[in-house]
Amino acid sequence: MNMTLFKGKQRKILPGFGLSMGYTVFYLSAIVLVPLSTIVISAFGMNPETFFGAISSPRVLASYRLSVSTALLASLFDAVAGFLTAWTLVRYRFPGRRILDALVDLPFALPTAVAGICFATLYSPVGWLGQFLAKINMELINKPSGIVIALIFIGFPFVVRTVQPVIAELEPEIEESAQSLGANRWQTFRKILLPHLFPALLTGITLAFARGIGEYGSVIFIAGNLPFKTEIAPLMIMTKLDQFDYNGASAVAFVLLLISFTMLILLNGVQRWQQKAYQ
Amino acid sequence: MQTSTTRQTATITGSRSKDPIAVQLLLIALTFLFFAGFIFMPLALVFSQALQKGVQLYLDSIREPYALEAVKLTLITAAIVVPLNAVFGVTAAWAISKFSFKGKTLLVSLLDLPFAVSPVIAGLIFVLLVGSRTPFGSWLGEHGIKIIFSTPGIVIATLFVTFPFVARELIPLMESQGREEEEAAITLGARGWQVFRIITLPNIRWGLMYGMILCTARSIGEFGAVSVVSGHIRGMTNTIPLHVEILYSEYNYTASFAVASILVFLALTTVAIKGAVEKHVHNNQ
Repeated sequence: MNMTLFKGKQRKILPGFGLSMGYTVFYLSAIVLVPLSTIVISAFGMNPETFFGAISSPRVLASYRLSVSTALLASLFDAVAGFLTAWTLVRYRFPGRRILDALVDLPFALPTAVAGICFATLYSPVGWLGQFLAKINMELINKPSGIVIALIFIGFPFVVRTVQPVIAELEPEIEESAQSLGANRWQTFRKILLPHLFPALLTGITLAFARGIGEYGSVIFIAGNLPFKTEIAPLMIMTKLDQFDYNGASAVAFVLLLISFTMLILLNGVQRWQQKAYQ
Repeated sequence: MQTSTTRQTATITGSRSKDPIAVQLLLIALTFLFFAGFIFMPLALVFSQALQKGVQLYLDSIREPYALEAVKLTLITAAIVVPLNAVFGVTAAWAISKFSFKGKTLLVSLLDLPFAVSPVIAGLIFVLLVGSRTPFGSWLGEHGIKIIFSTPGIVIATLFVTFPFVARELIPLMESQGREEEEAAITLGARGWQVFRIITLPNIRWGLMYGMILCTARSIGEFGAVSVVSGHIRGMTNTIPLHVEILYSEYNYTASFAVASILVFLALTTVAIKGAVEKHVHNNQ
């Protein structure tokens, strides 16, 4: 906020701009930009036939479809579960609230491989949850629905942590005045709360989705990795690398990056819209 | 926050809500149900599986030489990665929060790039850059330097993956603190480093600590990126998460969950410290 006061042609009093800026740009280039550019160079450097051949093979297309659809389903589920959790944590007081609030971040902190073996074991036909599903002839292991379970876990904190501060800022008086003007609970929720929370919710969903399509560690254990059925796009990159097919791996990665970055740019738009909504 | 306690419709102790009690109870129950399935059960499962065949086997699994080698490599990696990214985070936050310049928004979004990249791709880019089949990689190989399938590869891939954590914590914090204090000190004749050490560092220490904790947690737990560049050589290029995977794929579930329990313990510690730091920051405001 102080920044705006100082904008303009103010002389720099503080030292170290050249040094800190120089090091920032150098380190950013060395660790992030130069390494990332290899994908672009590799994708544009290869024969177009190789590139399009790699990304349009039925097995790769199936993996894109799977990654996008499971990540989308999971992020929509997270929207509901995350909204519910954020609402409960902010508005209600109950025993264990602080512990739940802290544990929302567990999926950020828990290594993905550990999450992966946990869900694979929980939902195996003899697992704690899988045995009940087995009785009704339902199975999540080696199925796209198992992938969705893992991605719900991974994306959950993104929704809670973007929606939670917005609910906290929301004055209960707004709802009360709506209700005193004769709106019922459902109308208040739909006409007052949802429009207000929607930008934040959309941000959370986008973040969860973007994370979901790239996720690897938590998915591969429960997915079973059957070609055409439960092979996610990041696994296709891994498979091509194992076969030393560097061109194929780069082509698949290039498209995946393109999807992620498009999501990020869209998200940027959403955030601007969100800021506008608050002015 | 506490204004709600004065409200007459106190529902469940101190809730700042006028939702009917039935609705409150239902939503709280649903939240607990979600947590039961997605948070509590996985946590309980790790320890139940790890201790399934007794404490002795549990201890043997985490004391076995390959497990210890994995722990060692993981700690070495974190010991290199965390200080490097912390220094970078402080430097970048200084440049971004204390000065105005063109292209700031772009720079800030570039810092977040690694979060948008799949871990597998984070590994792939370093294989493309310095793998033995690339010109640069083969040149390095001729000079006896091996990066991919060896420790340096694990370190750079982890550097990439954990790159934004510290900077991301510090930039908003330092922007909100402004630069009056530092400018006053300079005007009074303090030197650059003195200003940083005596004024800036104490102001940002909690944010810095929290960023470094997140960075440590992720560098210990990173799986996808490290999996691509490691080559999975036991006792050589195996980190703790990779060791968990190997044991699991060999159907050695007890040992796998035993080693995983170390990671769960670390994750819970991270989450707890986060809570403590946030509380501290909140109280200071």
